[in-house]
Amino acid sequence: MTDYKVKFEVFEGPLDLLLYLIKKEEVDIYEVNLTQLATQFLEHIEVMRMLDLEIAGEFLVMAATLMYIKSRELLPRDQQVQPEGEDNEEDPRWELIRQLVEYKKFKDAAARLQQLEIAQENTFPRVPGKPEFPEEPSTAKPGVSLFDLVSAVGNILKRFTEKAEDEREIFQDRWTVSEKIESIVKLLAEKAPLKFSELFSEASSRTEVVVTFLALLELIRLKQIVALQQEEFGEIEIAKATELARGEAGRGVPAEPPPPEPITTN
Amino acid sequence: MELKSILEAILFSAQHPLTAKDLRELMASAAEKSEEPAPKEFRKVSTDQITESLEQLARENEQLGRSYHLMCVAGAWQFASRPDYAPWIKALVGHKVRPPRLSQPALETLAIIAYRQPLTRAEIEQIRGVAVDGVMQTLLERGLVEQTGRAEVPGRPNTYGTTQYFLEYFGLGSLEDLPAADELRRIPIQKPEILLTADQEAPAETEPAPQPPA
Repeated sequence: MTDYKVKFEVFEGPLDLLLYLIKKEEVDIYEVNLTQLATQFLEHIEVMRMLDLEIAGEFLVMAATLMYIKSRELLPRDQQVQPEGEDNEEDPRWELIRQLVEYKKFKDAAARLQQLEIAQENTFPRVPGKPEFPEEPSTAKPGVSLFDLVSAVGNILKRFTEKAEDEREIFQDRWTVSEKIESIVKLLAEKAPLKFSELFSEASSRTEVVVTFLALLELIRLKQIVALQQEEFGEIEIAKATELARGEAGRGVPAEPPPPEPITTN
Repeated sequence: MELKSILEAILFSAQHPLTAKDLRELMASAAEKSEEPAPKEFRKVSTDQITESLEQLARENEQLGRSYHLMCVAGAWQFASRPDYAPWIKALVGHKVRPPRLSQPALETLAIIAYRQPLTRAEIEQIRGVAVDGVMQTLLERGLVEQTGRAEVPGRPNTYGTTQYFLEYFGLGSLEDLPAADELRRIPIQKPEILLTADQEAPAETEPAPQPPA
């Protein structure tokens, strides 16, 4: 039975068919003449049967209910069957009408949902493109002066003075400022911002530290990079100047010439 | 500065719809990040205040008759163009990718579930007067409804309810926004005084149909 089923397009169920018939009569559901409706319903079932359409069991149940209602009406009111023990037994007519009214409300609700569905198809949310500017490095507040940088490099150099006591430098000067500039730019491309100390983490001698530091100053002078500090006397961070909104560049202070005061834009 | 204007500015630039909670967190974060006094003023704004302001903003936009509106979909707020302007937007950005529209039986079944949830399959069938197996399958597959639990009746049948996606699909802020929600949740159907059968005359035209018994 389930392998082939002609779907009756308009009437999905017996209630649909009843509502359709009521609508055709142009009467209110409450005013509908159920015995007439029963006749029409059965006529439709007959047509469906002739067309060899699969008639769902629900239609037959409904037909039986309507037949019951109709047959009940044939008897005078005082002889109508009252099932035993149930004085207030639901009038089968009322039961059917109640069901129709309820179903009709949901059918209307479905129509409203459909309107919403279509409206939603035609509603386009505003989706702005992601702004090009990166998030403000809000953490970098006080600017970094040349003295901050010198003091920071001094701390790094201490590492080597302590060592130098019992170790001898055996390397020639083999680092140039331009090489170090390249390597700082490369480091920043991989990770930014970079902590000041990270610049020197691989330095093996005082000379290398000094050369790296000179390269750093040069890059700051060229406004390629900026030095930032989260808080005064805090860890200095190095970032590419292009990563900041241009207006914010003043926060990282070029080391040369050193400004008298750290500049902050706000 | 007014809260609603701030929220408007945020939503205007937002990449995704934002919930009142998202907005509250954003207000707190703005207060923390900014050194200006205004964000600090709104640091401790509540989600209720935010929702209220957004609703007001939405109403104002409505009254102004703008071509776009501020809408709440599944609890998240966003600006969107009105359906009336779809032809031009479609020319601009193309059609939205949407699953095919729901069939009439699917919409009816979905309406019953939406208004009466949670309910069992048998209860749905009682209202529709017809089996809903195929339709339920579609609705479950499309993620519009889901099992919500079991009814405490013999056999403990599954109960069903609508999903978050249901709200998104129909552009609803919450289930409260379903049209005529109050009426349809529990329909009080008044029994009229007389029911017509073949041997009875229709009542006079002037008498409204659903006359509840006194």
